[in-house]
Amino acid sequence: MAAQELTGAEIVIKALVDQGVDTIFGYPGGAVLPIYDALFQQNKIRHILVRHEQGAVHAAEGYARSTGKPGVVLVTSGPGATNAITGLTDALMDSIPIVCLTGQVATHLIGSDAFQEADTVGITRHCTKHNWLVKSVPELARVMHEAFYVATHGRPGPVVIDIPKDIQFQTAEYTVSPHITHRTYRPVVKGDIEKIKQAVELIANAKKPMFYTGGGIINSGAVASQLLREFVRLTGYPITSTLMGLGAYPASDKQWLGMLGMHGTYEANNAMHDCDVLINIGARFDDRVTGRLDAFAPNSKKIHVDIDASSINKNVRVDVPIIGDCAHVLEDMLRIWKSKARRPDKAALADWWKQIDEWRDRKSLAYKTNDDVIKPQQAIQRLCEMTKGREVYVTTEVGQHQMWAAQHFHFDHPNRWMTSGGLGTMGYGLPAAIGAQIAHPDALVVDIAGEASILMNIQEMSTAVQFMLPVKIFILNNEYMGMVRQWQQLLHEGRYSHSYSDSLPDFVKLAEAYGATGIRAEKPSELDAAIKTMIETPGPVIFDCRVDQFENCYPMIPSGAAHNEMILGDDPEGASVSEEGKMLV
Amino acid sequence: MKKDDTIERHTISVLVDNEAGVLARVIGLFSGRGYNIESLTVAEVDQGEHTSRITIVTTGTPMVIEQIKAQLDRLVPVHRVIDLTVEANAVEREMALIKVAGTGEKRVEALRLSDAFRARVIDTTHSSFVFEVTGAPDKIDAFIGLMRPLGLVDVSRTGVVAIARGPEAM
Repeated sequence: MAAQELTGAEIVIKALVDQGVDTIFGYPGGAVLPIYDALFQQNKIRHILVRHEQGAVHAAEGYARSTGKPGVVLVTSGPGATNAITGLTDALMDSIPIVCLTGQVATHLIGSDAFQEADTVGITRHCTKHNWLVKSVPELARVMHEAFYVATHGRPGPVVIDIPKDIQFQTAEYTVSPHITHRTYRPVVKGDIEKIKQAVELIANAKKPMFYTGGGIINSGAVASQLLREFVRLTGYPITSTLMGLGAYPASDKQWLGMLGMHGTYEANNAMHDCDVLINIGARFDDRVTGRLDAFAPNSKKIHVDIDASSINKNVRVDVPIIGDCAHVLEDMLRIWKSKARRPDKAALADWWKQIDEWRDRKSLAYKTNDDVIKPQQAIQRLCEMTKGREVYVTTEVGQHQMWAAQHFHFDHPNRWMTSGGLGTMGYGLPAAIGAQIAHPDALVVDIAGEASILMNIQEMSTAVQFMLPVKIFILNNEYMGMVRQWQQLLHEGRYSHSYSDSLPDFVKLAEAYGATGIRAEKPSELDAAIKTMIETPGPVIFDCRVDQFENCYPMIPSGAAHNEMILGDDPEGASVSEEGKMLV
Repeated sequence: MKKDDTIERHTISVLVDNEAGVLARVIGLFSGRGYNIESLTVAEVDQGEHTSRITIVTTGTPMVIEQIKAQLDRLVPVHRVIDLTVEANAVEREMALIKVAGTGEKRVEALRLSDAFRARVIDTTHSSFVFEVTGAPDKIDAFIGLMRPLGLVDVSRTGVVAIARGPEAM
């Protein structure tokens, strides 16, 4: 039977369906009208109309991160594509699989500075894993499937397919299978078994071991989290995680030391500094994590498991590099550990835990409450407490509230926590919450926000209301760009240059203006009841939680300092930053 | 581990799919991550397979060189990355076209020296030569240096191409 001739627009839809896509996030425009027309005439794919293309990409990220499936975006040429750039860069930094379809002016107009023309493949080359300009309709189906393959294999990331408008109208046969063997891109998933054996030897002989895990575990899938839990429990070793990896190991477990890094716990950072064997699985030695590089875990042998060879020895030299997918490597590690009947050094481990418990007793996340003002940490802690037992997905914006959320909201499952880690994109949380809610309609999805960040993509309230998505936006409102203010206090002698959130909207009225519900809490005594109301309110809610304006986020490793040079909240006297540190972000 | 800060020069060969934008990807990688390019050459080497070979001469610390190779290798259209400086006993060649203008003694001297460098004269007027010279980059540097006082007016260099010695393919 001869394959049927389809238009380019129909090929796009068919390829999406064949890839198992059921939802896309987008915004129409001149150069994608044929695809929107094809969307109109089918019912397999649901289109979520956002209010800004940046929101479309973040929503797709929230969808992808909460499901493990790729997120799909459809935007028009020119401004549609350029508005998507921040989202694409965010997805690149955090390794989120996104397939972004952009319209382009007709092929004969390319290069003529036509209306809404932009060099989309040129502009997005630097913020995608790969991109394509489709110049003839017969190659469209292959490119579509190749794009999904590239976005989801190896280290995941965003890809862009730029489709000129004439290509969307032209017809071709659709014969390509969705399962492709790529000509050049074939990432290694199985780790080198000799290296894995070496790693297991090191792990077994460690006196002061430390697991340091990251987003690679989450990206690898639920199996990786399961294997990690099994391996960590089998060894009895302490474990910490990056911001991106929270939830891969349950925060309620006794071996869990909390997050590490700039705003990590005292116990996690000190254990990193003093450990003798560092087991990095799916993390990338980011500068927020390592602090001063020459003082980073200085006496340790380092094992690094990463699917991306370019992550290895990029920032930190390691002793045993293992290139492969976390789940595959963990499976091999476990098998070898068990087959050799490995036992950790019990006496050494007991001493190590004794030391760690002393650090734990420092209670570095403690804060002082009072009856007059809500402490931001307190608000998150209450939110966490009152949502226990529910299926909860948390997104954040960027800043102090994000770090407080990472510290005080505890995750026992992977894929429940979505935050902009690498790029630090204010405005990420609300659209990401929308994406997560679309994927999990019956779950409780909360965007923990700041009053400054939320205004960066507040327009997505309309999306939430239109699609009846009951996202809860929990704003820690301190009337400051809190992290900027904190750094100005620490680095610039309290000259709070332009970090005050002046002329804020009344968030309760703002919610009502969008057709949602607004709630405000100003006193600690009101907090629990207000949170309860928020959870029980159907539909989207903006919760304006007025918190202490001058609370700082501690503990903190100041820029240019080492893991064992932390500033603690109850002892901020030591808060000074070296001249070199001031140069760092 | 101790950091090795010595700057090394490496010649790297990259076999790529000859698709639109592939050179921009490679160059963008170098500029975006702040790596050096001393020279870069590219041409299609297999029309049937649509593959091109890019030869890059770069400098950096051993850690940076290792990064460059890993970063190149993860570009989607890249087939293979070979560090010819490390992995293969390679031969390197560069070609240059060099224009020298002058008359009298200088003109004669230029011609005499070109002979010593086995340069070929590929264009002549009464007051100029264009020499074609091939060799390792330092040989070309030396020839250009010698031509400078003799009326050097224009230089065009290809950049380095390199290939491993012995029977094996890349």
